[in-house]
Amino acid sequence: MNDAMSFGIHRLWKDIFVDRLAPSKPCKILDVAGGTGDIAFRIAKYLRNSDGGGITVCDINQAMLDVGRKRASELGFSGMEWLQGNAECLSSIADNTYDSYTIAFGIRNVTHIDKALKEAYRVLKPGGQFMCLEFSQVQNENLRWLYDQYSFQAIPVMGQLIAGQWKAYQYLVESIRQFPNQEEFAGMIERAGFAFVRHENLTFGVVAIHCGHKL
Amino acid sequence: MLKLINGRNWYAACVFRRRIVTSSEKLCLKAEASSEEDSTGADNPYFADFQKFHIEASPAQKLILSLGSAITTLLNPGRPDALGVFGETSGHSALQKMHEKMMMSSEGQLILTDKPRINSSTVDLNCLKKLPPNTLGRTYIKFLEENNVTPDSRTPVQFVDDIELAFVMQRYREIHDLVHTVLGMPTNMLGEVAVKWVEGIQTGLPMCVSGAIFGPLRLKPKQRQRYVNSYLPWALSTAANAEFILNIYFEKRWEQPMGELLKELKIEPFVES
Repeated sequence: MNDAMSFGIHRLWKDIFVDRLAPSKPCKILDVAGGTGDIAFRIAKYLRNSDGGGITVCDINQAMLDVGRKRASELGFSGMEWLQGNAECLSSIADNTYDSYTIAFGIRNVTHIDKALKEAYRVLKPGGQFMCLEFSQVQNENLRWLYDQYSFQAIPVMGQLIAGQWKAYQYLVESIRQFPNQEEFAGMIERAGFAFVRHENLTFGVVAIHCGHKL
Repeated sequence: MLKLINGRNWYAACVFRRRIVTSSEKLCLKAEASSEEDSTGADNPYFADFQKFHIEASPAQKLILSLGSAITTLLNPGRPDALGVFGETSGHSALQKMHEKMMMSSEGQLILTDKPRINSSTVDLNCLKKLPPNTLGRTYIKFLEENNVTPDSRTPVQFVDDIELAFVMQRYREIHDLVHTVLGMPTNMLGEVAVKWVEGIQTGLPMCVSGAIFGPLRLKPKQRQRYVNSYLPWALSTAANAEFILNIYFEKRWEQPMGELLKELKIEPFVES
């Protein structure tokens, strides 16, 4: 479905995201809401790390983690950790543990985004980096109209035909509109304590990468 | 109120009316089943169900859904939801004709008024098991058990905008197993195609007609012979002669002996030649 809706572009977004993260060894990285491993595997490949050690994937959904773990063993990433947890309350993780915290297409689904951001701050080491890839607002008005038409007219239909779920995909496009825009979200990241908060638009603002540092 | 078309309908109407009016029993129906009083307003439980599942889709979206779901069904028979979407988006004029046929029968009118549902929370399956053998109810429960199906697998109607027509579609879906039962057709390929012919000719629904036409393409040569020699001719004559399946208020006929029911519905039992 992701490939169909984004014409495969979601793969490029994720590639660019990991490229911006630019992880380097040695490192401890926490990838939140990354159940099926899309980001974690890209990080492991970027590190030319043969077994995925140092990478922890955290997700609230055990089923997604199971899929990810299976894919990891097929790809040879036996060193990855798979942790079930809630982004709003990462109770099993101590303070100041990770060098990097990534969350791709997950923070939109968190009920209390500010709590998730505070938890991200807590579990990062000083000097640690917060990176978020998420749907955002298309800046250009004309493109935004086209994007809205595509979102509301085509995506639920595709959801029904491909996955048999109109309402779930209607919810998806509505939740994208509900999520704070680039500047608002940057403000929220700052309020959680992060410094040097900046963002970068991809595909005219359909998605944005937000980045911040814990000092 | 009741439009009497010809002598045959008049006779049938008398027979049906006599049966329904004198027996107001709610046999083997659970509390949630709709009442017998006129409850077409917001207090009819179907109204809430309709609202819950209805999806607004523009004509352009319905067209794409119709084409897309037709392709999906052909390519991937393991997507029953796609078949449902195809039926709903392509069936508007057929549903209107089905509704008219129901309005022309007193039993059909009663079904439209009551809007009864068939699922495990409205029909007491344990009660049906206790009925005498060879009654409709007992034969139905036997069919469900032998073919390992439940009355709960019918997807709710989503893309029909008119509540009355949506109910007609929902009713068509929910009586499918009962149609199998009264036709005596199993759930294998041959039986399903035979039922699709009967449903297709009687309802005019494109999904039934296309199912009847494309289904046999999957038959193996031996099955195809049986289909052409026995199943198809029987299905065609049954479709033409039998009472309209949607005008049968099955829930009021659980106790009816099968022999008597089939005679009333003008269904000749299938005999393989």
